[in-house]
Amino acid sequence: MAKMNTNSNVYTIAYATVLVIIVALLLAVVANALLPRQEANVALDTKKQILASLNERNLGNAVSEQTYNEQVTEVTCEKCGLSWYEANLDGEKKYILPVKGAGLWGGIWGYIALNADRNTIYGAYFDHSSETPGLGGEIKTEKFQSQFAGKHILDAEGQFVGLAILKAGQSAEGQDAVDAISGATITSKGVQTMILTSIQAYAAAGWFGQAEVAVEEELEWHQAEKVEEEVIENVEPELTEE
Amino acid sequence: MALSEKTREAFLGPLNKNNPVVVQVLGICSALAVTVQLKPALVMGIAVTIIVALANVVISALRNTIPSRIRIIVQLVVVAALVTLVSAFLKAFVYDVSVALSVYIGLIITNCILMGRLEAYAMSNGPWDSLLDGLGNGFGYMWVLAVVAFVRELFGSGSLMGLRIIPESWYVANGGFYENCGMMVMPAMALILVACVIWVHRSLNKEDK
Repeated sequence: MAKMNTNSNVYTIAYATVLVIIVALLLAVVANALLPRQEANVALDTKKQILASLNERNLGNAVSEQTYNEQVTEVTCEKCGLSWYEANLDGEKKYILPVKGAGLWGGIWGYIALNADRNTIYGAYFDHSSETPGLGGEIKTEKFQSQFAGKHILDAEGQFVGLAILKAGQSAEGQDAVDAISGATITSKGVQTMILTSIQAYAAAGWFGQAEVAVEEELEWHQAEKVEEEVIENVEPELTEE
Repeated sequence: MALSEKTREAFLGPLNKNNPVVVQVLGICSALAVTVQLKPALVMGIAVTIIVALANVVISALRNTIPSRIRIIVQLVVVAALVTLVSAFLKAFVYDVSVALSVYIGLIITNCILMGRLEAYAMSNGPWDSLLDGLGNGFGYMWVLAVVAFVRELFGSGSLMGLRIIPESWYVANGGFYENCGMMVMPAMALILVACVIWVHRSLNKEDK
């Protein structure tokens, strides 16, 4: 190659421009090419997390997909802006509520599976984006999550009270409690607050109301969805005619 | 394949006499962040090794064309692009690993070892030597992280690679006599352990002074 003056202004600007264009093109092409795979992975991971809350952990990819499709359906209540999952485990109905909150360094989230009584926890799964490994990161472990099974989130009067997450050995008045992670007080409190505030929205919408009322409301929600679908079907032909 | 003295030194030097962490004291920031447990430390070590080796090769191949006034920016662009690519590929093909790495993969861009090797080695050596230099520095970084993480996880959590080593029944909470050392999971302890590794390493290599 002929000796070029690599220190001239023109060469420097041209070099920077070409480099940036090449890198930008490369990244754009790769990002677009990989996007469907990444989205499929994220969707599959969500399904695995939901299955983990049903105590079906460490399943392979194909098995997870199949089990999820067999057992779980998503239910949306558009009127109240909430959605949850319903699972059918050998004839037993489970409700799975998604929860979201804040840990120490970043977001935390999870899924709480409830028995058909909408009170007793069947299983729980929590995950985090950037909690400290070995401290707050422990909320992702089965050891922490398995404590939640069998706890109740309603008090004796059927009011939603959530769970207390306390130092090992302590107990709370009028509330079920699980052991916090030592050394990770803020993340543990974050899980407690997350469960309280996320599920409070369901409580406010009457999700935990008297069993019969709840069923009626649920029926109304389902009907509301159907009515909307019908309306849309009716509207479309008119539009095409115009 | 016979390697020349210089090539061998490019690979073996950073493992011991010219270690990026214990001798040059680079990359300390990430050594503090990822060494609470052994597994993230090893994964971080592997990721850094791959990226420093690739960046070294790319910069070494381009070294005669890079305008010297913007060379740091060019190096940064190459490193940032590689990190973004590796991150995208991990997310698409090995999602579990990408979840395990979470924030650390982004932290690689700020790892001083990368810029240090690009500026000090790849800018003035051929691609083959630069590749070995990158691998050597990556492994040199990894073993120090592994030693620190081994001690911190064993004494801080009583486990290794997430597997329990110290039996549950030993713990005070279960009526035993043992308690985890809370200091070990604090970042300050990583600094003290890195210092201990440096101390031992210097004592062993005293004749070099």
